[in-house]
Amino acid sequence: MTIADVKQKIADSSAVAQVEVAIAAAEKTTSHNVYLHITRERALARAKAVDAGEITGKLAGVPFALKDNFLHFDGPTTAASKFLDSFEAPLQAEAVERIEAEGAICIGTVNLDAFAHGGSTENSAFGVTKNAVDAERVAGGSSGGSAVAVALGTVPFALGTDTGGSIRQPASFNGVVGLKPTYGAVSRYGVVAMASGTDTIGVLSESVEDTELVMDIMAGQDKKDMTTLPDFFAPAAAAPNAKKLALIKEFMADGVDEGVKARILAAAEALKQQGYTIEEVSLPILKHALAVYYVVVPAEISSNLARYDGIRYGNRSSEANTLDEVYKKSRTAGFVAENKRRILIGSYVLSSGYFDAYYQKAQKVRTLIIQDCQKVLAEYDALIGPVAPSPAFKAGRNADPLTSYLEDVMTVPASLAGFPAVSVPVGEANGLPVGLQIIGDRQKDADILAIAKEVEALGE
Amino acid sequence: MTHITTETLENVISISALEFTPAEKERVAADIENILDYIDQMNELDTDGVEPTYQVTDLQNVWREDAVDETLLARDELLKTAGENVTQSQVKVPKVL
Repeated sequence: MTIADVKQKIADSSAVAQVEVAIAAAEKTTSHNVYLHITRERALARAKAVDAGEITGKLAGVPFALKDNFLHFDGPTTAASKFLDSFEAPLQAEAVERIEAEGAICIGTVNLDAFAHGGSTENSAFGVTKNAVDAERVAGGSSGGSAVAVALGTVPFALGTDTGGSIRQPASFNGVVGLKPTYGAVSRYGVVAMASGTDTIGVLSESVEDTELVMDIMAGQDKKDMTTLPDFFAPAAAAPNAKKLALIKEFMADGVDEGVKARILAAAEALKQQGYTIEEVSLPILKHALAVYYVVVPAEISSNLARYDGIRYGNRSSEANTLDEVYKKSRTAGFVAENKRRILIGSYVLSSGYFDAYYQKAQKVRTLIIQDCQKVLAEYDALIGPVAPSPAFKAGRNADPLTSYLEDVMTVPASLAGFPAVSVPVGEANGLPVGLQIIGDRQKDADILAIAKEVEALGE
Repeated sequence: MTHITTETLENVISISALEFTPAEKERVAADIENILDYIDQMNELDTDGVEPTYQVTDLQNVWREDAVDETLLARDELLKTAGENVTQSQVKVPKVL
């Protein structure tokens, strides 16, 4: 389902009718555990206003789903944690405000790994979200709910967040489009912070064109988020003329699923037929990206999650008698195991005596990663490769945390570098969706989307 | 192999304001040691003279006027997030001193 399809249906019936259709479809997804809360009251009120001509815009009446780490009205913003299970936000995220200003209608919030820590949605305090194609497998994550909400056709698009792959990987696992924009492209005001150095806001949708449209509406400077860049995003009329792509050799190495590699190579071959030059390029530095990521990001998580103290918002432990116990018991009850693990790693690497060896060292290696990638991007329009080493895996597979972290190996480089990256479906391996990842230099978001459109057209 | 001493683990747990049972401590220490061992591969690289990257926007100081902004929320709106732990427009906490 695309935005254009929905707009046609609204024209033929009404916004109220289409919002009711979307809510009914969302309610049918309970077996997949996608939606955490349906924002029915506000959605129907806004739909009535669209039908009355009081709300207009490029997305007038178009329903969407919201990852439950964007502050929003009508119901709690939980970040899929017990800490915030009854937290009613006093404001809405800027990204939500911007798409609502164009008439879009949020029909509900969707599941994620608690505080967006994870790549399978298994770390949610409210249960795992099941894959849209094979319910025995995970949705991916952390924006698993967003990807499945789109893949099951409940909404034409959903918002997500991507700190190390959290939009691209679930998009790939469920066969939808997912864009992580350039760092700083979209305001993060009102979004639950994970790691501020790489957190980004992006879109998941069925078509590339819809992601482009929503990006065009959301992107741009916001004085409430001082890390936002002056608006640079404008949809590109065509893909870059050079048509030169670098296939990352290390992403096609032994250990990567053969079915995934076959789909990537088939897409590359088809692009060559369309006039693209595709060359294998080696970026040996990328093998260090995951190590850097799992220093820098836990460090920032430990700092950002210090705000959850059970005092001003979030659940306060009823067993606490002293102030110190309020902090410790509220945090111990409110966080899931993965949150705690990341906080501990972060506290450790930032500790006196370890800072230079870990945090400082990691940020220096990060510089080398960026330099080597940019050398390649000076010669090619984009880097391409898989999004993850395998298609969606079975729920409960990853018992040990390091094995789970290794799933992020192909998505963290773009996060550390602040590059835009999109996952676009390129068919299936053993019946499971596979996405092609296209990574561009900073602010080349429109170019990678234009290339993604040509990839999308290969399958038609 | 990285080894985290009991003293270091207790300190990290304490500054993180978390509580763990003895069994959880054992498991989390092993997890962290495992992850730190993986992270140690960074040391294969010579980074002498390399500048660290702390941010990727290239933005310089972004200033604003030091003035009350009308877009900020009213105090009472924000206090609602503290739920029942509010009295006379103040957030209640257990005795500090």
